[in-house]
Amino acid sequence: MHERPVSQVPRWVLALLGGALGLQLWVGASRPTPHAAAGDLGLPPSVQMLRLASFGEPVPLAKLLMLYLQAFDYQAGTRVPYRDLDYDRLETWLARIVALDSTGQYPLMSASRLYAEVPDPAKKRQMLDFVYRAYLEDPNRRWPWLAHATVIAKHELKDPALARQYAVALQKYTTTPDAPLWVKQMEPFILEDMNELEAAKILIGGLIASGQVRDERDLQLLQRRLKLLEERIEAERPRKP
Amino acid sequence: MIRVIGPIARATLLEAARSRMLWLVGVLVLLCLGLAGFIQQVAIIEAPQIQGTVLAAILRASAAFLTTAFVAMSMVREFNDKVFELMLAQPWPRGVYLAGKFVGFSTAAVGLALIVSLPLLPFAPLDRLAAWTLSLACELIILAAMSLFCVITITHIVPALATVLGFYVLGRSIAAIQVMAAGSESSARWTDRAADGIIQAIALILPRFDLMTRSDWLIAAAPAAWTLASVVGQAALYTLLLMAAAQFDLHRQNF
Repeated sequence: MHERPVSQVPRWVLALLGGALGLQLWVGASRPTPHAAAGDLGLPPSVQMLRLASFGEPVPLAKLLMLYLQAFDYQAGTRVPYRDLDYDRLETWLARIVALDSTGQYPLMSASRLYAEVPDPAKKRQMLDFVYRAYLEDPNRRWPWLAHATVIAKHELKDPALARQYAVALQKYTTTPDAPLWVKQMEPFILEDMNELEAAKILIGGLIASGQVRDERDLQLLQRRLKLLEERIEAERPRKP
Repeated sequence: MIRVIGPIARATLLEAARSRMLWLVGVLVLLCLGLAGFIQQVAIIEAPQIQGTVLAAILRASAAFLTTAFVAMSMVREFNDKVFELMLAQPWPRGVYLAGKFVGFSTAAVGLALIVSLPLLPFAPLDRLAAWTLSLACELIILAAMSLFCVITITHIVPALATVLGFYVLGRSIAAIQVMAAGSESSARWTDRAADGIIQAIALILPRFDLMTRSDWLIAAAPAAWTLASVVGQAALYTLLLMAAAQFDLHRQNF
């Protein structure tokens, strides 16, 4: 295809093109900067509707939805603090994303490491509870996030009972060899913090006796811990007159 | 017969290579690489998985559209240029022309599947990508056959394109629609039951595109051998059905 030179184009066409382009650029530049508000996070569609909208590709849709949800923290240069978000809606979004992509770790990572880090105990608890429920559905894949939730419950919420509940679940349901030993050892340490030394001693003793711990260093660590516990129990026992 | 099919297929392939489709694919690949860079910036974890699945979904949908558009445009151009009538006037059966065009289009579709899988190389193991590409090739072959059938039947580009794209979207969504319709199975209203029946009937005739070329194959686990075999089997069966329908229509029509 041969092109004619630009000089062949009538001047009024060039002027119209330039004017229209300039006008569009001016309109674009004068638009207000988009502002993200926490209230903009609406309720997500149902899982069925999302599956329909995904055209048979729920996993990429889940990944994109997660990036969209994450954008409510940082959107067009304006930060929306997590604590301003409606956590009921946030949890619904996360649950939908988990339902679409059950193998993805992103939503649970966000729940335990981003949304549970807010300085609002009620919202923190809501996210931890979400992680706990999601963990129970697929313990061998989701244990890292419940392990982190246990730490938050223990050190940030200062709720050893809740931390113990999570630690018990980790010990009971995590069966994959990929999980390190400390994941199953959390309960005795929490019991120790709760000053339930006898119970902690029984648990550590049981762990050693069960033969589950095969690594020599881990075994030595547990035995040392058991010895320390026994010493503490002995020291705190009331002496006979 | 092969001596006729071969040159027709080769001419169709040449048309695909010389059209600007390859440039378009190149631009698509570049855009996808740009998108991958953007995802890398915004994702906190699982960036390769997000890049792989999102790019795979976009590349698959784009390849489906390009295949459909190319087949429709090429056939309509042959109608308009009277090449089609010239071919029918030759001393060979009508079916041979159709077979030649199909071989050409499906070979181009396989080539397109190979090209669009290249940007996924950094994000997925080779065996999983190979399975994904094979499945995409099967999907595109079905679409090429469907486009050929629609263009021969409808002979107009817009209705033919709309029909094929509607068929594709329905084939990808029919499982989700069936799940939603299943809720009305227990309904006493005859309209609900009739709607459910219609959806089940549509599902019977459609291929399950949602079971083909799944993006999660690239990140979760490679499909089992039987899954791939069923994809290839479904593609072979459906292509046979479409080609038989196209042959039927081609033999029935007066030009």
